[in-house]
Amino acid sequence: MEHKTLAEPVLKVRNLKKYYYSGGGFLSGKKTCVKAVNDVSFELYKGETLAIVGESGCGKSTTAKSVIRITEPTEGSIMLDGRDFGKLKGEELKKARQNIKMIFQDPYSSLNPRMTVRDIIAEPIDIAGSWKDKEERERKILEACDMVGLNRDFLDRYPHEFSGGQRQRIGIARAIIEKPEVILCDEPVSALDVSIQAKVVNLLKELQKRLNISYIFISHDMGVVRHMADRVIVMYLGHVVEEGSKEDIFESPKHPYTKLLLESIPVIGKEVPEDDKELISGDIPSPANPPSGCCFHTRCPYATEECSKVMPELREVDGRPGHKAACVTIV
Amino acid sequence: MTKTKLIQLDTLGRNISETKIQHSGYYYESFRIFRKNKVAMLSLFVIILMIFLAVAAPLVTGFDPDKQKLAERLLSPGVKGHIFGTDEFGRDIFTRCIYGCRVSLSVGIISQLIASVIGYLMGVTAGYFGKKADDIISFFIQVFSSIPFLLFAMALMYALGSGLMNLYLSLGLLSWANTARLIRGQVLTLKQQEYIQACIVNGGSSRRIIFKHLLPNCIPMLIITNTLGIPSAILTEASLSFLGLGVPSPTASWGSMISGAQTFIRTNTYYSLFPGLFIIVSVMAFNMLGDGLRDALDPKLHK
Repeated sequence: MEHKTLAEPVLKVRNLKKYYYSGGGFLSGKKTCVKAVNDVSFELYKGETLAIVGESGCGKSTTAKSVIRITEPTEGSIMLDGRDFGKLKGEELKKARQNIKMIFQDPYSSLNPRMTVRDIIAEPIDIAGSWKDKEERERKILEACDMVGLNRDFLDRYPHEFSGGQRQRIGIARAIIEKPEVILCDEPVSALDVSIQAKVVNLLKELQKRLNISYIFISHDMGVVRHMADRVIVMYLGHVVEEGSKEDIFESPKHPYTKLLLESIPVIGKEVPEDDKELISGDIPSPANPPSGCCFHTRCPYATEECSKVMPELREVDGRPGHKAACVTIV
Repeated sequence: MTKTKLIQLDTLGRNISETKIQHSGYYYESFRIFRKNKVAMLSLFVIILMIFLAVAAPLVTGFDPDKQKLAERLLSPGVKGHIFGTDEFGRDIFTRCIYGCRVSLSVGIISQLIASVIGYLMGVTAGYFGKKADDIISFFIQVFSSIPFLLFAMALMYALGSGLMNLYLSLGLLSWANTARLIRGQVLTLKQQEYIQACIVNGGSSRRIIFKHLLPNCIPMLIITNTLGIPSAILTEASLSFLGLGVPSPTASWGSMISGAQTFIRTNTYYSLFPGLFIIVSVMAFNMLGDGLRDALDPKLHK
């Protein structure tokens, strides 16, 4: 996707940090700081899909929630359309929010059980007040409804009458009704059946083509990411460890963690050698007490003495522009 | 979910009928479950009957509840058209019991409405905004629930003076703490739901979240806690009236009637019996109605 790097990005995140503090009060012991997102930077270009992958607890959801300001980021700038989204307040923030939406992981808790599907889908335009009369509101609702392939007869029903896949379509309709430029998809298909996953992923791709939306696609499913993404960011313990185009990441991964993550995709009929070094072992360390130096050295099969001392910088590798990794062992 | 089969034919006469679901809201579903609960339906009937008696009291009985007729003092039930007999001032006990419904029911319902409003606002503020607001409100909830209820009610009634308005207010101001505690807990759970986050993403204000998303999801809990709070308000009103701190005489109230009857408990037992029965029946009816509502409004039992 090199041609896209020439254009100005839609969303530009710089040095995003999100720290959670706990304790420090009366009787609650020492104050601890969890660095859930630690110095994450990336750009999102028009019409592309940027996937963020990693294990559970690596900070990918927190990154999304900080970018869209569900939780306020501790530090860092979020430039949306050339304006600092992270600093906006009041009416300006409300206006800017029309351009960045989110699709949630759990289709059961993301729809208010006491609202009809019509009111759920219309919520963004109701809040923004972007309709003049009831007819315009209805027209927009029906348009969104048609775009996601939802039967118009369902509009007066309540969410509990629908299956997971249909609920996720309602969630998608709510996200696209204002035709935003950026949509954050927080594991949009991981709560769905495999057969439904494919339909929802294809729907997202189709909508991207029609409306020229840019996605940030968060997932731990490498198969889905391979199908959806243009570029991929690999996160580990709140850090970006590798970044590159889909081809870079899947064909020639450089960071040991990325390699291990790709090895973990189960393939039918593949023999696993007994002494396989390329299998991920152990648990993710606690982000409250991260390892020194490279945060991955405790589990890395290639770790050297240096790894536990030096914190590696994200730098270009492989002689390809845009392919970056944070590891000292890569030459 | 009620299902009706519709036969639909397309232009070529082929049958394209499908099961059409008559979709309905949560409350319709709750009512369907509630209707099957015989005890709760009976309680509802008793309560409606009492409300009817209270509203239509002058039409039900020909006697004046407050007019004294010293010639007809302490008559036995059934004598001279007095179904329940008369009291020490010659007033008809049945009439006074019915007029007593007005006081008891209105105190129960209005004080709990006041408690609902205060309790919801306090609970939602504590649960939704958290931090300092939560600390302060939680402290007040603890304080209010550690003071002996009746003593506090007595103190308030002394301070405000007796009267119906003051009864509503003091009982309402005393019983919000329980509602607030439950609502706070409910809001803490609801706050984690992704539809609240979706509302934030869409730029929704706290006000929208509190009244459009949290309130509809808290209403079942408000209905249950306050239906179950009505009997205790009725009992407290009766206790206060018994102690002479409720509605001023001569207004009829079950508590003050029992208070007047205690002198005659050996000679005219029925005098204290009837208002006591009214108290027991109304309290039981509200308790069983509350239990029925709790079952009916439980979303886990819907399907």
